[in-house]
Amino acid sequence: MSFDISLWLLQDGVTNGSIYALLALALLLVFAVTRTIFVPQGEFISYAALSLALLQAGRLPGVVYVLLGGGLAAAALELAQALRARRWRHLPRRLALYLLLPGAIAALAWWAAPRKPDLAEQVLLVLALVTPLGPILYRIAYQPLAGASILVLFIVSMAAHYVLSGLGLVFFGGEGLRSRPFADAHFRLGVLDVSAQSLWVVAASLAIMLVLWLFFSRSLYGKALRATAVNRIGARLVGVRPELAGSLSFAIAAFIGALSGVLISPVTTIYYDTGFLIALKGFVGAILGGMGSYPLAVLGSLGVGMLESFSSFWSSAFKETIVFTAIIPVLLWRSLTTRQVEDEEE
Amino acid sequence: MSALLEADALRVFYRRVEGLHRASLRVAEGAIVTVIGPNGAGKTTLLAALMGLLPCGGRARYAGIDLAGESVEARVARGLCLVPERRELFGDLAVEDNLRLGAFTRTRRVDRQMARDLESVYARFPRLAERRSQAAGTLSGGERQMLALGRALMARPRLLMLDEPSLGLAPRLVRDVFRAIAALRAAGVSILLVEQNARAALQVADYGYVLETGETVLEGAAAELAAHPRVVATYLGLSGQTARA
Amino acid sequence: MIPGRAALAAFIAFLLAAPWLLTSFQVTLLDYIGLATLVSLGLVLLTGVAGVMSFGQQVFTGLAAYCTAVLTTRYGMSPWLTLPLGLALVAATALFLGAITLRLSGHYLPLATIAWGIGIYFVFGNLDLLGRHTGVPDIPALSVLGWKLDTGRRIYWLIWALALLALLAARNLLDSRAGRAIRALRFRSVMAESFGVDTASLKTVVFLYAALLAGLSGWLYAHFLRFVSPGAFNVNAGIDYLFMAVVGGAGQVWGAVIGASVLTLLREWLKELLPALIGYTANYDTVVFGALMLLLLQRARNGLAPAVARRLIAAPRGCAREPAAALARRGQPRAGERLLELRSAGKRFGGLVAVRELSFSVASGEILGLIGPNGAGKSTVFNLVTGVLRADDGEILFRGDAIGRLAASEIARRGICRTFQQVNLVGSMSVLENAALGAHLRGRHGTLGAMLRADRAEEAQLLQEAARQIERVGLAAHASDPASSLPLGQQRLLEIARALCADPVLLLLDEPAAGLRYAEKQALAQLLRGLRAEGISILLVEHDMEFVMGLVDRTVVMDFGEKLAEGLPREIQSDPAVLEAYLGGLE
Repeated sequence: MSFDISLWLLQDGVTNGSIYALLALALLLVFAVTRTIFVPQGEFISYAALSLALLQAGRLPGVVYVLLGGGLAAAALELAQALRARRWRHLPRRLALYLLLPGAIAALAWWAAPRKPDLAEQVLLVLALVTPLGPILYRIAYQPLAGASILVLFIVSMAAHYVLSGLGLVFFGGEGLRSRPFADAHFRLGVLDVSAQSLWVVAASLAIMLVLWLFFSRSLYGKALRATAVNRIGARLVGVRPELAGSLSFAIAAFIGALSGVLISPVTTIYYDTGFLIALKGFVGAILGGMGSYPLAVLGSLGVGMLESFSSFWSSAFKETIVFTAIIPVLLWRSLTTRQVEDEEE
Repeated sequence: MSALLEADALRVFYRRVEGLHRASLRVAEGAIVTVIGPNGAGKTTLLAALMGLLPCGGRARYAGIDLAGESVEARVARGLCLVPERRELFGDLAVEDNLRLGAFTRTRRVDRQMARDLESVYARFPRLAERRSQAAGTLSGGERQMLALGRALMARPRLLMLDEPSLGLAPRLVRDVFRAIAALRAAGVSILLVEQNARAALQVADYGYVLETGETVLEGAAAELAAHPRVVATYLGLSGQTARA
Repeated sequence: MIPGRAALAAFIAFLLAAPWLLTSFQVTLLDYIGLATLVSLGLVLLTGVAGVMSFGQQVFTGLAAYCTAVLTTRYGMSPWLTLPLGLALVAATALFLGAITLRLSGHYLPLATIAWGIGIYFVFGNLDLLGRHTGVPDIPALSVLGWKLDTGRRIYWLIWALALLALLAARNLLDSRAGRAIRALRFRSVMAESFGVDTASLKTVVFLYAALLAGLSGWLYAHFLRFVSPGAFNVNAGIDYLFMAVVGGAGQVWGAVIGASVLTLLREWLKELLPALIGYTANYDTVVFGALMLLLLQRARNGLAPAVARRLIAAPRGCAREPAAALARRGQPRAGERLLELRSAGKRFGGLVAVRELSFSVASGEILGLIGPNGAGKSTVFNLVTGVLRADDGEILFRGDAIGRLAASEIARRGICRTFQQVNLVGSMSVLENAALGAHLRGRHGTLGAMLRADRAEEAQLLQEAARQIERVGLAAHASDPASSLPLGQQRLLEIARALCADPVLLLLDEPAAGLRYAEKQALAQLLRGLRAEGISILLVEHDMEFVMGLVDRTVVMDFGEKLAEGLPREIQSDPAVLEAYLGGLE
């Protein structure tokens, strides 16, 4: 391998790795706050990437129907709950959240799609279409089971993954799409040929990390999320509703998923089920970082990106195998160093 | 005095906790009421049920509303607050963040008052001011108890429920905690106090209940209760001899 | 068990009649159900019973399937030779994967199984040896005694014979000494360890059994379809298997059949029905499938089998059976021997000192009361003595041997048994079975013996001992009730019965009287006196002073992790330091 090639692989690794890092952060957040292993994150990636490509082709992405249908189902659940408890106080706000907001976004998409908006507008539209799916998914699939064990929630995630990936196939079809790069420019940095697209990805990831850091260290809602992650009972006792924390963390995760999809869609061809693998690489990054520390998860994810780009050079057929078996040494190390923990639940 | 809290024949049957069969009590506005009883009698269960952390049968009214169906968070917003036995602090967060989160239910309305409340908590517990930027997990037992109390005060409670506030504290700190409780009442907060330290609890309280195997079996003015032979034998003295000593 | 037997007989009758009554297509479906039953049965034991979740069983299925495919087509080996080879490969893989993940907490294993599921899928799809994405065709059919199993109808007999054997073996296993220990693994490993269960190796055994069942299914699959390709072993296959176990129900052996049937038929049915219903052939089946799973999890988290079982099997499990020889007891040490000794023991949690410089001893044949305010460190002392925690400083001796570094199960073997302050029972098991768990170390039959029912004589002895101890604590009337149905006070008594089943030398009781009524406390005191008369020594933590002082020979008082006083009950009650710690009023 020449020096040039390894630099090129390095660039590729950092680009993908920073997307995995974003995903790893979102997955860790959701796990800490709701104890959910958020497998369906992958579908949000696919949805966003495919929607962007469709918008660029002037077509209305099918995710609109998922959004409307999901909102309708969530609203129905809220209505049923209000009927059962005979409490109406929160109903109008929640119906607005699940019906009006998705409806407005869908209408906007329907109006804008054939008019071929410019790139920035396309991206914003995609983010607006996919982000509300997070809270909607939380409301439908997870909130009724909030007290369940980690393992039950894991199975819920798998079921949700089935539903969302099935819907992806229905609304986007089986063929892959790729959107136009944000920028075609290339710079020469010494011997390195840097693509503007890579810079975009890295810069956007860094910006999001900064915003997340500010959110969690400065804002009260960020602290409320951390509080829920640290001590669920304590959080309830100061009046932080677990549903609020769950919804909020799912919204953040969905936003990050959508953004990752947007960033990756010009880099590689995305199919309805590609996102699943991408999100799992975020998990691998989080596991490499020990499933607990945000900075380590970022490092682990960059490691995944590197491993992937270098192994695709050496043996591209087995690059997935190499990436996914990379967790074995980490698990081995952890199982030798951790004392067994008791899951006190039944 | 009108009753701020009224619980009638509360029942909890949940297999992981001590059961509650027939617990009834009243807390008058501005009073300190204590519930004493042996370990395993269901004291913690009683508070968890009143807070809405556990589903329960029977009737509970607080400040004129029926508590059935009110979520924990809604109860907090109405000024019903619990300082639990395990404190349930946010160990990774700074002391000040713990306190700010205590006012979470009020934040959307009043930001100015938050600063004032924070100062008054610091005035009450100067140790917390010294450690305001330290993570709550690094505090000592007594400081943790102060922080738990301070966090509950940030919610502007009308009725503060305290579960074993003296647990694990040195005698000097126990005295501090009970002084703080008396001071809170003077500031207009009603208090429901669960304690294994029956003597101290009955000294600070106006009225008391004895809870045994999930039932309130005895009640009375705190002073009378402290002299009741059954209470003396079981909770105050190690046995008849020491009650005399 | 009569209704259960009838259901089993009906099921077997159906299986026997099916090939004559059903169409070829329907028999083929039954073949698929049988294959899936094998895999999901392993998951029922692994996930439903032992609480270890795996989305990666298709890895084992695939390994065995590819192993036989390659060896029979390329090297002309007999399938009957590739079966042990394939299973050996599966076992080696499972032991390796188990060794690196089974000790980790809940969510790691499922994530890891997904990861290597994907890893192996790409290996299957990219190796030339394995035919890459096209797979391996022309696998020979099995033949038994010259009879070729080359149709769905013929191999049906083999598939279901093996499935039934596996089901019966699993049922036998759960209803045994090892089975009780497996059922305790889920959330109660500290408790299981303290009765001598080697939880780590038991988990490995269950993981191995589940992997072998999956491997067996894969081997059958290869010779049933006579063709393997990577598509059958992708991640979704692993998810489907787990769904089957979930649908069937946690911890129900027959749930494996129910889950495998429901899911296999549902998939088939959705493939036919949905296009007819919606009009075009989009892949709605996965969506409907996932949605139904969500609904099931939200409405019936324990799966379908418990509901079916309620209808069919009314008889309780684990009733006392025919009389059996009493278990041998160990000799108690002579009275007055120094039994347990703590020498300046200390334990810190982070900056918090839980126990400091603590020294005291328990003599044989005495009841020693350990008292002190909540949070004084009494439960920590129990955890140090029983090996749940390791002391940071000092020594702990039992009958002269240092036990401070021993594993909990080894300490239990030496005769120290305990109850827990936070009651630690397996709620879904009967009172009798919970007590029998205490006698774990007094039996020796393992998983294999249990599956083959070679353990019956010993099992009867263990259950008889459990019944005896349950009667002793006054719970005989509840022997067959699930432990979770008892009030907490009686659950504490059950904990004592369980500890007694272990034939203890030293009994550690953590607040046994909490939650008991007055008369029950009297009975408990009577029981403890009786035990002392038998030579059993007791270390007792309790808050009810009337109870403690009337019962104990000596008392140690702790406060803030240190010993405050030690002596006869009378002396303690007038000790000024104790009065201050306990009664320390405001003035």
